[in-house]
Amino acid sequence: MRAFEYSSPRTTEDAIRMLSAEGAVALAGGTDLLSLMKDGAAAPSRLVNLKAIPDLTGAHETDGGLHIGATTRLGPLGEHRVIRESFPAVAQAIAGVRSRQVLSMRTVGGDLLQRPRCWYFRAGFGLVPMHDGQSMAKTGDNRYHAIFGNGGDAVFVNPSSLAPPLIALGASATVLGPDGERTVAVEDLYRTPASSDESEFTLGAAEIVTGVTIPMRSSSNATYEIRNRKGFDWPLAAASVAASDGGARVVLGHAAPTPWMSAAAAGALAGGISEASAEAAADAAVADAAALSGNGYKIQLARVAVKRAALAAM
Amino acid sequence: MAEYVWPAAGDRLHIGKHISRLDGPVKATGRAKYAYDVNRRGMLWAIMVQSPHAHARITSIDTSAAEAMDGVVKVHVIQDVGTEIQWAHDEIVAVAATSEEAARDGAAAVTIEYEVLPHFVNERAVDEAPDAQPAQAETTGDPAAAMASAPTKSSGSYHVAQIAHCSLESHGQVAEWQDEETVTLWASTQAISGVASQLGEQIGIPASNVHVETQYMGGGFGSKFSVDRWGVVCAQLAKDTGRPVKLMLDRDQEVSVAGARPSTHAEVSTGADADGNVVAWDSKSWGSGGPAGANSPPLPYVFAFDNQTHMHTSVPTNTGPARAWRAPRHPQACLVTMRALEDLAHAAGMDPLDFFLKNIDKTGERAGTYTEELEKGAELMGWRDRWRPRGSGTGTVRSGLGLALHTWGGRGHRSNCEVLAYRDGLVEARIGSQDLGTGTRTIIAMVLAETFGLGLEQVKVTMGRSVLPASGASGGSTTVGGVSGSTRRAALNAVDAVFERIAPRLGTEMTNLELKNGELRFKDGSMAAMPWRQAASLIGVNPVAATGANPGPGQLNDSGVGGIQMADVSVDMETGVVSINRMVAVQDCGLILDMKLAESQVYGSLIMGVTYALTEERVFDPHTGQMLNADMEFYKLAGIEDVGEMIVHMMTGPGYDERGVIGLGEPPVIAPGAAIANAATNATGVPINEMPMTPERVLAAINGGMA
Repeated sequence: MRAFEYSSPRTTEDAIRMLSAEGAVALAGGTDLLSLMKDGAAAPSRLVNLKAIPDLTGAHETDGGLHIGATTRLGPLGEHRVIRESFPAVAQAIAGVRSRQVLSMRTVGGDLLQRPRCWYFRAGFGLVPMHDGQSMAKTGDNRYHAIFGNGGDAVFVNPSSLAPPLIALGASATVLGPDGERTVAVEDLYRTPASSDESEFTLGAAEIVTGVTIPMRSSSNATYEIRNRKGFDWPLAAASVAASDGGARVVLGHAAPTPWMSAAAAGALAGGISEASAEAAADAAVADAAALSGNGYKIQLARVAVKRAALAAM
Repeated sequence: MAEYVWPAAGDRLHIGKHISRLDGPVKATGRAKYAYDVNRRGMLWAIMVQSPHAHARITSIDTSAAEAMDGVVKVHVIQDVGTEIQWAHDEIVAVAATSEEAARDGAAAVTIEYEVLPHFVNERAVDEAPDAQPAQAETTGDPAAAMASAPTKSSGSYHVAQIAHCSLESHGQVAEWQDEETVTLWASTQAISGVASQLGEQIGIPASNVHVETQYMGGGFGSKFSVDRWGVVCAQLAKDTGRPVKLMLDRDQEVSVAGARPSTHAEVSTGADADGNVVAWDSKSWGSGGPAGANSPPLPYVFAFDNQTHMHTSVPTNTGPARAWRAPRHPQACLVTMRALEDLAHAAGMDPLDFFLKNIDKTGERAGTYTEELEKGAELMGWRDRWRPRGSGTGTVRSGLGLALHTWGGRGHRSNCEVLAYRDGLVEARIGSQDLGTGTRTIIAMVLAETFGLGLEQVKVTMGRSVLPASGASGGSTTVGGVSGSTRRAALNAVDAVFERIAPRLGTEMTNLELKNGELRFKDGSMAAMPWRQAASLIGVNPVAATGANPGPGQLNDSGVGGIQMADVSVDMETGVVSINRMVAVQDCGLILDMKLAESQVYGSLIMGVTYALTEERVFDPHTGQMLNADMEFYKLAGIEDVGEMIVHMMTGPGYDERGVIGLGEPPVIAPGAAIANAATNATGVPINEMPMTPERVLAAINGGMA
């Protein structure tokens, strides 16, 4: 790890100002950033701690729904009454993290904005690693890589635990930057980069996510993850389902460079969740999945994750 | 003269009891200092620059920028221009600096250029290997004819991935020179005496001037026998700079260069007669553990058949080299053999328990032990009531049972011990052995206390220093037999020496004395027994000293064990996720000194076995030859939630105890993978032939494809 400056502002305005400096990076729980720095994959000149800003932490009900501050820790959030009662998809995703240490430190914003776990990326080959003009992951070992959205050279998977349930529940994110505040759907935080020079996030310079809001719509919702290890391990497939009178949403995690929304699966659940519609949604969800050279098994796992998430929500 | 035997069952004070590790509290509270924890005044940190290429020739090295950096004290070229590098992460240059950060910056500033050469890392594709080395087939009888006439036949291909040792404490050491000719090395090693000799030779000073210190160490599993290049470099940097130097491997180095267990791939055909007797075995195997390829696993394993043939091909690869991994070659051989025999049992329509018992005589001299153990294991697993033919299960999650047999030697190594009895009543053992965390310190203490009839608090163990009486490396399950033998003999000799010294002062003959339950007793009843401390006060200012060695007079240890393990697993048929419900391990190892430590060895082995069975493998990038999962994120070790219920039964009593002490480090880690694979096969109804049994591979088997 390289030497860096550390600042700990008390207001979001100060934070944005400090983040405008060259080489400054926001620090929340640090569960991802610090390991990137230790591996030499990130070398910020300044860390701007967001955890000391009172406005950014905690969850409370508003007219628009349940607002969750960006530095709210996953562990306490999983215990929140509204999360437990109304949004089991979120509680189940948090439970899937398994590590007590990570649950104690990882924040909502940090979870949404963590960098991919792609082993080529982590080894320093870049987010869209190339080898002899070809995608290094596509022609290399891609057992943990994307089965959707992998037509280009970017085939890493989005690792967020919270993005699938939050997107399924129709949550929005509040983004603050030098030009003020804007609200975007959580799914719109993500993009698929064309090269390693591009970001996988849509945030602008010195922009931070200050919180997310889950609308208080009544829905049947659930998350299901499939992992090799029962303990702390990245899912091989994850799916969140939310269904209400207004329709359904199905979002897959660890499946594509972005959280992957399946309109076809959602359509299959539009008439309500049953064993038959869960099977149909599962089939629909993977109908246009495309295996790379070594990850065909993930298509079946994604299918099962969708089915089981739907059945769990039923 | 002392009689060199272990006390009879009725006379044992400590032996066979559940005694906790004496160093448990200092470890649990963090007071135990490992090599990694050693920090010396003025110490430098050393970081090594590694090759990013799996096969390359070094064409230039420029260290000038690093040497000019603040904090960098010395840059040492380990492998110079012109050297051909054979694996990624190999060490080229070491940088010593005043802080870890400065050393890392310095290492990053070293510029090395390479001529990149073609590499080969996919050893499974034996046909593509540039340098495959087939050996001659070893054949007994006429396997072809026996196979041709066998009414029941089976064949399959079985695969065991290459894994790493992944010790929690990485390899490394701190070196500090006392003068021009004397160096102390605080090393994480399984072999303090051996490392002293190796370093002395390589750095040009007498071995006696190398003081290796290892009080506690965080895992080796066979990967820490050598001083290693980094040990020599560390000592050299310390000499060149005149300052202590710490050099510990980073996690990526630890997993990629500091130890691998070779892979094994095998194609096996077997045949049985109408009664279920195995009559023919034919196997071809190949595997790799790096540039030296891999030796043949012992196939068939445990069993010897009248008609058998085996041929092995060693496949060199450009990957970090193999080191002995806990029971070298045995876990791979066990998986191949036990899976093949389970498949043959299935073909014969037999319960594998009956099938293995039917063929148990083909295991040789341990047949009786295996039979007893299989019956005990069956009872603990409820096998007779619960076993169902392969694929009987229905539903999404299906359970199954599997079993496997293993064997190992485990005779005690060469060991020397000196025992001192002081007039304050303390009795001390001095022994140049090392405690890997298995409980060696505790074993030495209890043998010493047993022999003097004292409590454990009345004895002291001084060990972990190479200047003490030499003892063997801790590997191959040789330590417990070695140190218990030397300590017992030294302690018996010391008791005699104490009697010889104090008998005249008590006006009696030494043969009239005995030590029991903390007392000095007079066999003829001429005097009342006196507490040991009172008797010890007669020793005088010079302690009594005596030595003992292993091997030595009397049968205190033996070689050769057989154990059996059974697994109860569930497999999710839709996801391929294998879950361990229960493992049963039944193990013999002669006379058990500390039952708790023995059981702990088996528990640890089962956990390690579950890990290599389900999650653990080295993954290499075809493009670069680099290990892709040189971390603890995707190099997956089992967690507590993965291991299931573990039931351990140690065979003791007549038939076992009188053999003396036999090692236990390797045996119980051999069979878990095979038992789990057989159970997964039984559960799913399809052969699960690959370790680790990841969802990917299990699904491929269930879906009918070859993984």
